[in-house]
Amino acid sequence: MTLLSIEGVSRKFGDVVALDQVSLDIRQGEFFALLGPSGCGKTTLLRILAGFEWPDRGAVRLDGADLLRQPPHRRPVNLMFQSYALFPHMTVARNVAYGLEREGLPKDEIRTRVGEVLEKVGLDTMAGRRPGQLSGGQQQRVALARAIVKRPRMLLLDEPLSALDKKVRAEMQLELKRLQHEVGITFVVVTHDQEEAMSLADRIAVMDNGRIEQIDAPIALYDRPRTRFVADFIGANNLFTGTVTATGFEVPGLGPLPCKPDLPNGLAVLAVRPERVRLGEPGRGAADGTVVDVSFFGGVSHIAVDVPGHDRKVLAATQGPARIAPGAPVGLFWNPDDAVLVPA
Amino acid sequence: MSGNLTKASETSRRPRGWGRAAAAAFFLTPGLIALIVLAIVPMILMLTYMFFPRGRFGGVVYEFTLENFERLSDPLYLGVIGDSFVIAGTVTLLALLIGYPAAYAIAQLPPRWKTIALLAIMLPFWTNFLIRIYAWIVLLSGPGLVNGALTGIGLIDEPLDLLYNEGTIVLGLLYGYLSLMILPIYSAVEKLDPRLREASANLGASPARTFFSVTLPLTLPSALIGAVLVFVPSFGNYVVPELLGGGKAIMLGNMIRDQFLKARDWPFGATLSLVMIVITFILLIAQAVASRRVRNA
Repeated sequence: MTLLSIEGVSRKFGDVVALDQVSLDIRQGEFFALLGPSGCGKTTLLRILAGFEWPDRGAVRLDGADLLRQPPHRRPVNLMFQSYALFPHMTVARNVAYGLEREGLPKDEIRTRVGEVLEKVGLDTMAGRRPGQLSGGQQQRVALARAIVKRPRMLLLDEPLSALDKKVRAEMQLELKRLQHEVGITFVVVTHDQEEAMSLADRIAVMDNGRIEQIDAPIALYDRPRTRFVADFIGANNLFTGTVTATGFEVPGLGPLPCKPDLPNGLAVLAVRPERVRLGEPGRGAADGTVVDVSFFGGVSHIAVDVPGHDRKVLAATQGPARIAPGAPVGLFWNPDDAVLVPA
Repeated sequence: MSGNLTKASETSRRPRGWGRAAAAAFFLTPGLIALIVLAIVPMILMLTYMFFPRGRFGGVVYEFTLENFERLSDPLYLGVIGDSFVIAGTVTLLALLIGYPAAYAIAQLPPRWKTIALLAIMLPFWTNFLIRIYAWIVLLSGPGLVNGALTGIGLIDEPLDLLYNEGTIVLGLLYGYLSLMILPIYSAVEKLDPRLREASANLGASPARTFFSVTLPLTLPSALIGAVLVFVPSFGNYVVPELLGGGKAIMLGNMIRDQFLKARDWPFGATLSLVMIVITFILLIAQAVASRRVRNA
């Protein structure tokens, strides 16, 4: 069931196009991520949903009703700010109660709900503290509690984990996912961190330059990118620019490369994941090259291969330590089904 | 915890023992000497006059007495102190009511206009205060600009009595010290994270609720500083009531001047000065306490 539908939303700041004809649907109860490099328009879109920014054109509907006509304080949408924006002059409990007080709920109910939500985020002992007396991770949980205590139709999270260090981050990632299951609220997270998006979200919209590049589940996004930007942005990829012809895919300087030519004739980019590239005897694979670098990461090793006629090094990933040394001549092999063709 | 850490690392970087004391002495001495010679010693000398009676032809007779303090209870003097309170209080209240919205509005302006607005507020300071107060006499006098304009457009037939009353004093003081209210409030509103107001709206607060629950409490300490900055010079003011009050209404500042220069009663003048210092001090302490309570409310 569609909860939120965005149709043809555009926004310009002077000459800068922040959003260009953005359309997407977000389903009830899902964990949705807007992913893209900084300046791609994802934050502008988030601010439009919260009501702090307005589109020049387009429509936004929540539960079928026009969201853009409602002032920010009447929208059933709560936002967790990147900087948390906790009220410094109020205690943790008052911060969390603030939104419920605005609804005019009875005092007893407010107290119960604040107690419950603080317990849920593990901060019930901190209720009397001020934001300034809390660590970053604790502040983040107060911000989260303050947003979900209102039981909004939709919770927006702006770079929720970016201010936390790596270890706390992993913990909070799990906690966010658990919370989303428990409270059943639709989460929309904005992030530039693809690992964050991939591990949290049910579906991801990849944005670049104000446009949606692709909307898909994390695995589909990784395995079947549909644009060059997505192929390059999500994970590591080996990209070969060439031409689709009647006989196959031809790269100047390298010759034909194995793939399923499922695009119309013309310029295209072939994307092959490093873990899909196998190394073998030279002369019999898709291309030949020389190993220039081997890096061991514990679980996997990355082998960089210099292929004459191709300007970027081709990466191959193997399980465990690599039994090959720099300088060795190798042939590159991959299954045609593992290579993805995207429009150039 | 982080506070302790900072402190510890600061101490370890600082020179210890004698070196540190010598460095402190070196930097503090010039300022301390100036303060002691130019402010503290003269003030103590003057305040000691409080305990002596005045001589028959002025001057001071060095015999211990408390009669100067008894004179303070005279309704005449209490009245003047009370009037000063009312006038300075009115000025402070008006400055707050005018200055807060003005400061708030300036903080919302685009950066370019912000600079221009702040400059416009500072500009009068480049002219002597006395001259600016004289300018008000020119503006408000019987044949002055304001009356001229009002009669010119036919609103009034006779020139109004705009000068030489308490209202004129309030106007003059307000004019003189309004910027001392605007500037601290402006800097507080300016520093306020706009995300806090957005967060408040996002949680369901109307713009008015956001103002009273978030913006006002977080800028109130600065408004209190502004209030003290306006009240203190207004309360002890001497130039404005002298020029714009026409000698009819006098404030504590004029009375102190009269005791020293006209009545040649230095001891009682000193006593009145002490009253002013004590009241100012109480206000400063009250402001500090109130600010702390607002911050921890």
